[in-house]
Amino acid sequence: MTLDFRTAIRDALDEELARDERVIFFGEDVAKPGGVFATTGGLYERHGADRVFDTPISELAITGAAFGSAVCGLRPVIEIMFGDFLALSMDSLVNQSAKYWYLSNEQASVPLVVRSAVGGGGNFGAIHSQTPIGWFHNVPGLKLVAPSTPSDAKALLKAAIRDDNPVLFFEHKRLYGLKEDVSSSEEVATLGEARVLRSGDDVTLVSAMRGVHDCLAAAELLAGDGISAEVVDLRTIRPLDRATVLESLSRTNRLAVVEEGPVTGGWAGEVLAVAVEEALGEVDDLWRIATADAPIPYSPTLEDAFFPDAEAIAASVRERLS
Amino acid sequence: MSSQAAARLDEPTLEAGLELYRRMRLIRRFEDTIQSLFQQGEVHGTTHLYSGQEAVAVGVASVLGPEDRVAGTYRGHGHALALGVEPQGLLDEMLGRATGVCGGRAGSMNVIDLEHRLIGCFGIIGGSIAAATGAALALQRVRGVAVAFFGDGTTNHGYFHECLNFAKVQGLPVLFVCENNLYGEFTPWEDVTAGQILSRPQALEIPAATIDGNDVWAVIDAAGAAVQRARGGGGPQFLEARTYRFVGHSRSDPGRYRKPGELDAWKERDPLKLARATLAERFEAGADVLDAVDSTVEALIEEIVERGLAAPYPEPAVAAEFK
Repeated sequence: MTLDFRTAIRDALDEELARDERVIFFGEDVAKPGGVFATTGGLYERHGADRVFDTPISELAITGAAFGSAVCGLRPVIEIMFGDFLALSMDSLVNQSAKYWYLSNEQASVPLVVRSAVGGGGNFGAIHSQTPIGWFHNVPGLKLVAPSTPSDAKALLKAAIRDDNPVLFFEHKRLYGLKEDVSSSEEVATLGEARVLRSGDDVTLVSAMRGVHDCLAAAELLAGDGISAEVVDLRTIRPLDRATVLESLSRTNRLAVVEEGPVTGGWAGEVLAVAVEEALGEVDDLWRIATADAPIPYSPTLEDAFFPDAEAIAASVRERLS
Repeated sequence: MSSQAAARLDEPTLEAGLELYRRMRLIRRFEDTIQSLFQQGEVHGTTHLYSGQEAVAVGVASVLGPEDRVAGTYRGHGHALALGVEPQGLLDEMLGRATGVCGGRAGSMNVIDLEHRLIGCFGIIGGSIAAATGAALALQRVRGVAVAFFGDGTTNHGYFHECLNFAKVQGLPVLFVCENNLYGEFTPWEDVTAGQILSRPQALEIPAATIDGNDVWAVIDAAGAAVQRARGGGGPQFLEARTYRFVGHSRSDPGRYRKPGELDAWKERDPLKLARATLAERFEAGADVLDAVDSTVEALIEEIVERGLAAPYPEPAVAAEFK
């Protein structure tokens, strides 16, 4: 059968809403309109207004209400329409949700999920195109999930909903149309497990979300040049699957981390730091391929040039290996 | 000690009245004690004391049931004690001891005690409003009501406007209790607030009233009716309790911004003084009976201070433990 990314998201929500009555889902335009990215159609009709509802355009209230309902026994899933809007959710997520388990001396955890559409390539401009994983990356207590395929989106979202911690679930806008042939897809994933999608000997390319597809395409290009690239899909940025990255690196001795996001302070730097701390002696080279420390431009010519694509990744690898 | 075990405190009986007075007295003396322990270097960081506002928390807490939940503020010792949080555990938390209600992890501004219906105290204004709004999403399934305490300053915060609207359109059982103590930190509320606080919930068609926050029975009457409406499906309710803090915003604030004579005038309306007068007038409680309540509170305070100061600190080895 064929599974597309949007359906994967919707099915995961549908199945979890049906499985556990504590699960509720709310956000802007998610219920009756079915979501501005058409990811959540039918959930309101199927599960009712008590479980699935539209909210005011009020990110503080949406995220705060998710927190409050989670500490009182529900398992809320909310949608923050664009990742850029997560700036408005910061207090509830960073100061409250992420710290509650600790501050309460483990009286209660905060099982909430924030779904949010991220990423560039759609000419949405500087404030509707970011992938702000870095904003949350240094917050202990948050889990950060970043799927690259429809089957992963479904299995990881189900895992996120069943997790007792606050989880941010990032959906790349340019992946919503992605289709995948699936025979028997994994039911529920384990957060914190990366996956090697292509084996290689000369260099390890690590990425997440759309970057994984760019890396796979780059690996194909590099194969034509006689360079064998391994591709690792992190699937979750935090917790980071250090073992899978280090194991791959131990065979290739070269590591390039491809992140859609500003190079300074991004999660790619953290992956490199782990490699340096754990495997410096074995490593021939390691570097980041990320976006510039600049706002994301609007004009198609500017935006196309701004994001690293498969060609740019392949070119970078060729240069570093030469 | 347990609030849930006590007889209904919103009944007009001497016994209930004395318990309300005892709780207010306990909060006052607890706060005096925190101040003194702070000066001795036993309480750390900063504190925001509830002295002067006791009738609000005690009155509201007295009308709540076991299915209800409360979100307090960084000025939250009174909210906690009014709900029945153990004074020993609360004091030990302030002292940074392992026996604290949050194991010494939280401190003065972030107390959480779910067993006693306190979903948290929130160190950044507005957090209590958001938490209570979300709590109500869960509590509406069990006919519970969520209460948010917050100050006048919070009425200018994003959480306030977003959550009142959110709660109203969802019809959530939340009681919003604005404790207007006339100052947001060091600044008079009217200098930084357009119009009247009450007109804000009214604009959203949320039932709202301004009440005397220093008269515990006035608080009980208004909060009791509001909680009943919320529990019955009447959606969010709003109270502006006019009150006054007798101490600075935080421990380092001498309160130089107060208007001349203002503190003295409010001390004439000290909620404890008002309660004593009402108990004497309405229930013929003699000074000896009221003094006896004071004595039990003194004895309790002495006992918890002695135990608290002897309690162990958390082991440094667990400082970074987070799993």
